[in-house]
Amino acid sequence: MSRYSRHIILPEIGKKGQDKLANAKVLVIGAGGLGCPVLQYLAAAGIGTIGIVDFDVVDESNLQRQILFGTTTLGKNKALAAKERLTDINPQVAIITYPEALTHKNAITIFEQYDIVVDGTDNFDTRYLINDAAIITHKPLVYGAIYKFEGQVAVFNYKNGPSYRCLFPTPPKKGSLPNCSEVGVLGVLPGIIGTLQANEVLKITLEIGTVLSGKIHYYNALTTQSYTLNLDRNQSAIDLVLKKKHTFSKQEDASFVCDNAIKEITIQEGLRLENTLFIDIREASELPKINQLPHIQIPVRELENRISVIKTNQIIIIFCQSGIRSKKAIQILQQNNIHDCYSLIGGALAIEKHYKLKLTTEKTSQK
Amino acid sequence: MLSEITQCPEETYVFTQTKVSDLLEELFEKYPLLKEKNFQVAQNCKIINAESIIKETEIALLPPFAGG
Repeated sequence: MSRYSRHIILPEIGKKGQDKLANAKVLVIGAGGLGCPVLQYLAAAGIGTIGIVDFDVVDESNLQRQILFGTTTLGKNKALAAKERLTDINPQVAIITYPEALTHKNAITIFEQYDIVVDGTDNFDTRYLINDAAIITHKPLVYGAIYKFEGQVAVFNYKNGPSYRCLFPTPPKKGSLPNCSEVGVLGVLPGIIGTLQANEVLKITLEIGTVLSGKIHYYNALTTQSYTLNLDRNQSAIDLVLKKKHTFSKQEDASFVCDNAIKEITIQEGLRLENTLFIDIREASELPKINQLPHIQIPVRELENRISVIKTNQIIIIFCQSGIRSKKAIQILQQNNIHDCYSLIGGALAIEKHYKLKLTTEKTSQK
Repeated sequence: MLSEITQCPEETYVFTQTKVSDLLEELFEKYPLLKEKNFQVAQNCKIINAESIIKETEIALLPPFAGG
């Protein structure tokens, strides 16, 4: 047990405390700027089970702050890449990965399997989804958020304490507040805020110290000023969430709300169609590269400007890494009156798998 | 985030008996862009509502952040 000896010699922790950590199950949503330091310290501390939810892939622009990743993990799914690194840090930790987006549909089922939920996401839609699911499943929520040089930390929904909605009852207007990729962020800031979040998880689990519940802590990296504000529970804001408890999993996820339903297609079905145009809407640097399937590449952020390359008589099949961004792309196409378009189920990963399988079958049949 | 609009980290106001909503009105007049922003008001490190009375104290404005 020399791995945890510096914990165990602390009278506040001891063998008993270390066992509490080993028995704890913590879910971290978002393996980004905040998620990386949270995950790193929770794994090192010996939290027994850690769940990681992230649909996104590692991009070079992440490496300035997302310290679990490196040049060898570019293009990989963040939850899977984080697991690799964390297993090296501490192989005794059971790490469960969810390389998918958190949605109203899957949130409750996932939350129910954990004791504590950590919010390391980068958008309000998911933050409110996490808060509401934490209220419904009675899980303490360790919240962290950052903006340029400033950060906030709080523990919500802990022993009848306030929730995020008691502070900010409704999400700000869409697009009224930018995220990191739009305005930039000091690389060390999520390290500081994420480490504070990890500390709250340890205090809750060990039942020591004072948990940051009923408070929100604010930190400014430029002035090194910080203050802690007290806030009250707003029962009516919480009751509003609980009222929707039974229909929660059927609620639509904000980012995918669209007038026209998004049609999905498998790679096998797509290949059987004629006059199709496959479009890879990932960034050029993303892996796996698709070589076998004829396609064009237009990153989703350029799609609107390059829409003229698409001929209207073609059937468009969009793919990204896993199928999330392609839904966004479909919305853009639909807004531009291109309706004969599909999102490829499973994205580039499904294409790669299809051709690998085909190769194996061909090899086998040659024998 | 909000000090990007006000261009200063803090300011002093002199009032006799005023409500949070009165202070906000004054701030919005001086900094119209603040009106677009979503934030909460704290007095002496305690989040308060628009009807609360402001005493001779420190007031802080807290916006939500999305980033992670």
